[in-house]
Amino acid sequence: MIQLENVTKTYPKASRPSLDDVSVGIDKGEFVFFIGPSGSGKSTIIKLLLHEVAPTRGKVVVNAKDVTTLRSWKVPHFRRSIGCVFQDFRLLPNRTAYENVAFALEVIGKTKAVARRVVPEVLELVGLGGKEHRYPHELSGGEQQRVAVARAFVNRPLILLADEPTGNLDPDTSIEIMRLLDRINRTGTTVVMVTHDSNIVNQMRRRVIEIESGRIVRDQARGVYG
Amino acid sequence: MQRAKYILNEVLVGLWRNVTMTVAMIITLSVSLTMLGASVLMYMQVDQMKSFYYGEIEVSIFLRDDVTEAQRAAIDQSIDSNPLVQSKTYESREDALAKFKVLWRDSPDFVKSVGPDSLPESFRVKLKDPEQYSTFADQIKGQQGIQDIVDQRELLEKVFKIFNAIQVMALIVAGFMALAALLLVGNTIQVAAYSKRREVAVMKLVGASNWFIQAPFVLEAVVAGLIGAILGFVFIFVGKVTLLDGRLQALTNVLTPIPDGNVWLMLPLLAGVGALVSAITAWVTLRFYLKV
Repeated sequence: MIQLENVTKTYPKASRPSLDDVSVGIDKGEFVFFIGPSGSGKSTIIKLLLHEVAPTRGKVVVNAKDVTTLRSWKVPHFRRSIGCVFQDFRLLPNRTAYENVAFALEVIGKTKAVARRVVPEVLELVGLGGKEHRYPHELSGGEQQRVAVARAFVNRPLILLADEPTGNLDPDTSIEIMRLLDRINRTGTTVVMVTHDSNIVNQMRRRVIEIESGRIVRDQARGVYG
Repeated sequence: MQRAKYILNEVLVGLWRNVTMTVAMIITLSVSLTMLGASVLMYMQVDQMKSFYYGEIEVSIFLRDDVTEAQRAAIDQSIDSNPLVQSKTYESREDALAKFKVLWRDSPDFVKSVGPDSLPESFRVKLKDPEQYSTFADQIKGQQGIQDIVDQRELLEKVFKIFNAIQVMALIVAGFMALAALLLVGNTIQVAAYSKRREVAVMKLVGASNWFIQAPFVLEAVVAGLIGAILGFVFIFVGKVTLLDGRLQALTNVLTPIPDGNVWLMLPLLAGVGALVSAITAWVTLRFYLKV
């Protein structure tokens, strides 16, 4: 599903590479944590998978597509097969929960009829039934992140990328979000999560890949934060 | 259909969000396009006048008062044998006086004061190519008995030079205004892109196609360009009606009249230029600003 082959990424003007000769494979349906201290290069992996940045060397394959050689005009279509959740939710403040999710559908050409059918369904799935018409500022942090997860998942992507999704949430809310991601993972969606929340990693007991100074130092099937 | 509605709505909201900037953008665009249209019209006018007048103009070879029969025959001969000449007429003193009387028939006192000896006799020569005047003059002026060679074209050239200067000035003004207009277009698009940065970020994230992200911004510029072009056309049309057909009508009679068809032609021209240039500016701005 996801394949990094000898990937090195050096940002312009950086003294050392953010990722240094990293090779890793992730299968369909896996749930993987990337952990490591700030600046270790784990967020760079998300950016590489989204084709936000290109690797300096090496090959990135996602959904059997070589992202490295993907033409820029094909990137939008490629991204439709990947859902994304961030620490800061990235919701549109002037739209309701429903509208935020529907917006993601409408801008890729789905009709309002499709949105009317699938948006309530996915909001129900993330546990926001009855709160469709609240604006983000009327929702708690955990609820906002649920909206973000609903938006990421509404297209039924093959892969869900989560960049520190619990970074702004208290521990109890974090665990609720993790349960949600776990449920999404059980539908067959591959989940890749970058975090430094040791509590969550230890509770989930999933595959853990630890990165330090741009190198993989640990890859453990049912790992803990360590 | 629904996407078209979305984009259209975004365009209107975009233009309205920043209405003072939109107005400034449209005004500068319209002034620039007016100048462009005026100079194109003037160019077509000069062209038309050239073909109109150049068909009419002659080279006049005035003979000296004391010209001899032999000299006149020699001049006649050399005109006839010159390959540049298309046709030639001889105008005697009596012919000249008759013409003069017709020309100045409104001032009989003036006509009375002119006798048959006051006007010189002349050959009126039409050249195949009026531009060849100086070659022809050089070839003929060695002949004895010639008082003066006058090319009517030279007078016209002076008029055309003035037109040319006005045209160049209009183009320079159009260029400067266009620069200001395009900077305003770029700026408006930047402001629009900034105010919609969250939407754009989400659109990129969920995989909206690039044209879909850019279309509202580009169309915003195109709409402004079209409105500017229509205003510019109105300026030109009103200017033609009030100035050339009204106040300065005497001048229009000397010049050839500007056909309405040419004026109407300015509408698609200005609309095309306005829309295209605005669209390209917006698109280039987005390339730098949105990095899509």
